[in-house]
Amino acid sequence: MSTNPRQHKDAPLLEVNNLETAFSIDGTFYNAVDNVSFRVKPRQIVGIVGESGCGKSVMSLSVMKLLPKGIGQIRNGEIIFDGVHLEKMTDSEINKIRGKDIAMIFQEPMTSLNPVFSIGFQLQEVLFNHMKISKREARLKSIALLKSVGISRPEKIVDEYPHQLSGGMRQRVMIAIAIACQPKLLIADEPTTALDVTVQAQILELLKEIQEVNDMSVILITHDLGVVAEMCDEVIVMYAGKIAERTDVDSLFHNLKHPYTQLLMGAIPKMDEEVEKLSTIKGIVPSLKNMPKTGCKFAARCPKAMPECLTVTPRLAENEAGHEVACLLYETSQPKQEVNT
Amino acid sequence: MMSTEHNNTAVLKKDKSSNEVLLEVKNLKTYYPIKGGILRKTVAVVKAVDDISFEIKKGETLGLVGESGCGKSTAGRTILRLLEPTDGQIIFDGQDITNVRGTSLRKIRQDFQMVFQDPYASLNPTMMVGHLVSEPIRNYNSKSEKELKPEVMDLLAKVGLPEDAYYKYPHEFSGGQRQRIGIARALALRPKLIIADEPVSALDVSVQSQVLNLLKELQDEFDLTFLFIAHDLSVVKHMSDRIGVMYLGGLVEVAEKDSLYADPLHPYTQALISAIPEPDPRKKKERIILEGDVPSPIDPPKGCTFHPRCAHAMPECQSVKPHLKEVKPGHRVACHLYK
Repeated sequence: MSTNPRQHKDAPLLEVNNLETAFSIDGTFYNAVDNVSFRVKPRQIVGIVGESGCGKSVMSLSVMKLLPKGIGQIRNGEIIFDGVHLEKMTDSEINKIRGKDIAMIFQEPMTSLNPVFSIGFQLQEVLFNHMKISKREARLKSIALLKSVGISRPEKIVDEYPHQLSGGMRQRVMIAIAIACQPKLLIADEPTTALDVTVQAQILELLKEIQEVNDMSVILITHDLGVVAEMCDEVIVMYAGKIAERTDVDSLFHNLKHPYTQLLMGAIPKMDEEVEKLSTIKGIVPSLKNMPKTGCKFAARCPKAMPECLTVTPRLAENEAGHEVACLLYETSQPKQEVNT
Repeated sequence: MMSTEHNNTAVLKKDKSSNEVLLEVKNLKTYYPIKGGILRKTVAVVKAVDDISFEIKKGETLGLVGESGCGKSTAGRTILRLLEPTDGQIIFDGQDITNVRGTSLRKIRQDFQMVFQDPYASLNPTMMVGHLVSEPIRNYNSKSEKELKPEVMDLLAKVGLPEDAYYKYPHEFSGGQRQRIGIARALALRPKLIIADEPVSALDVSVQSQVLNLLKELQDEFDLTFLFIAHDLSVVKHMSDRIGVMYLGGLVEVAEKDSLYADPLHPYTQALISAIPEPDPRKKKERIILEGDVPSPIDPPKGCTFHPRCAHAMPECQSVKPHLKEVKPGHRVACHLYK
């Protein structure tokens, strides 16, 4: 893809506009991602947080066009990567971008490597797909890549098989595969969830280092607000397929607005605070089939819900500079803050 | 460190825990044999739990933390006698239960119950919830399910499940609700000790907080003592009065939770605490990144098992195994740095 990213310095690398991704359940399609728009600038780390089923993984799969055929489909919206529309691309076109300009690492380092091929083979597969490179060069390059992700004895590891490595090492191999072609965008879907804390610290450190060296943008999908605080520049909080709040990382932790974000933050036990009771959110995320059709999808669980929350769908609107919230409490056209408790 | 007035027993912030010891574990070892060759001889052993000692007082919560493979779950299961201890002693409520067998073991088992990690795998999918929750009680007396119904209903209400849950099956519930069913089962026999093995690690944060709150409420209501096993240090801190840190089958540090977090003594505990991502971008903390991976428990390093990864390792760490010593009141650590 011929592109010129340096044309505008602040031009977004990835632009997602009004994305709607639906899944078919018993023949009917339900939106798992519902009218979502966001941007990722070059060299930015954007975190996407939310609980299971909020659509964060589906969104990343939509960007990569990896939705299961026949079950999931992009129904509406645009995905513009580096000036090119991805949503209209055919499989063979997207294959040239996938793995090269956009790479992805997954949660399960145990299952995302093929157990019957050596580490070297799996690394070289990516290289052969996207580069004109000889076998010898590919081998040398894969050793260099393994070294760059902090694997000691890369000359030996390159001939070993996934089961011979620990979880942390496998995740390092996954990262090596992902950065093999120096992608502009890395999508990391819960990259450290399956790892122990000390290993998680190693991997996060590595991701940050690689992001800086390679000038990559990163979309980091996680449910761990601690990881977000450490890694991200900007954060998107998702609930039930919609963006509830989008802001820079500092205001997420110090000036959060959406009631869902507030409750989520209060639900995590903190190391330096002592509370007898953690805040909870009543009920559970409604399933795709039972999603409320009108109004705010969080209304039924929201302690600050007003009568109009059940009928009026809140729009994601800028509340303060760079801080967007989708909540009627903050919509200026609405009657402000009705006291109802 | 200034005052020595609380020298004897750990300072009790909450008066819920008494001084009476409910569970005492002495030099507990659990080894798994590895069989090999055509004769299936034992060729090596995995030292999953290697010489740990601790005690839990009545009404107290002891947290056990450590990374995968450190032996924390094996320790919990051995205490319940679900696994045979290789060596050591387990003393529960004044009685040595290390070698109790048959009917007497069955009788003691009423007093300790377990809450498992995976609420999807630990409930029989073909059993109705009412049946599942009454099962432990029916195991010990001949009451019919009908007679037990009011009691089961009461238990379901206690753990925050709706009445109609009685006639439903596990698949009709979410992860958090299933964990509540598991807790109701554990409570059914009114045990004295509950061992909770990673009870919230499969749950989302908002659900996790519901289950943690529930466990705390139930502890107060039923006078429960908890052994709370988890890998998430902030969760363990929230739940526990005292915390033990495990590494490669051994207990490296035991202390009051505030003492442990404010002043971790063992280099491994320091690394573990520093590795937790802080949910506040303004706090930039000094991070200790450990090199390499946890060594194999089949062939653990000689001396202190942590020495190959330790930044403070001294020559003697390679040869002499450190034992838990009280360094500060109520704060014990197994490390040669503290003499």
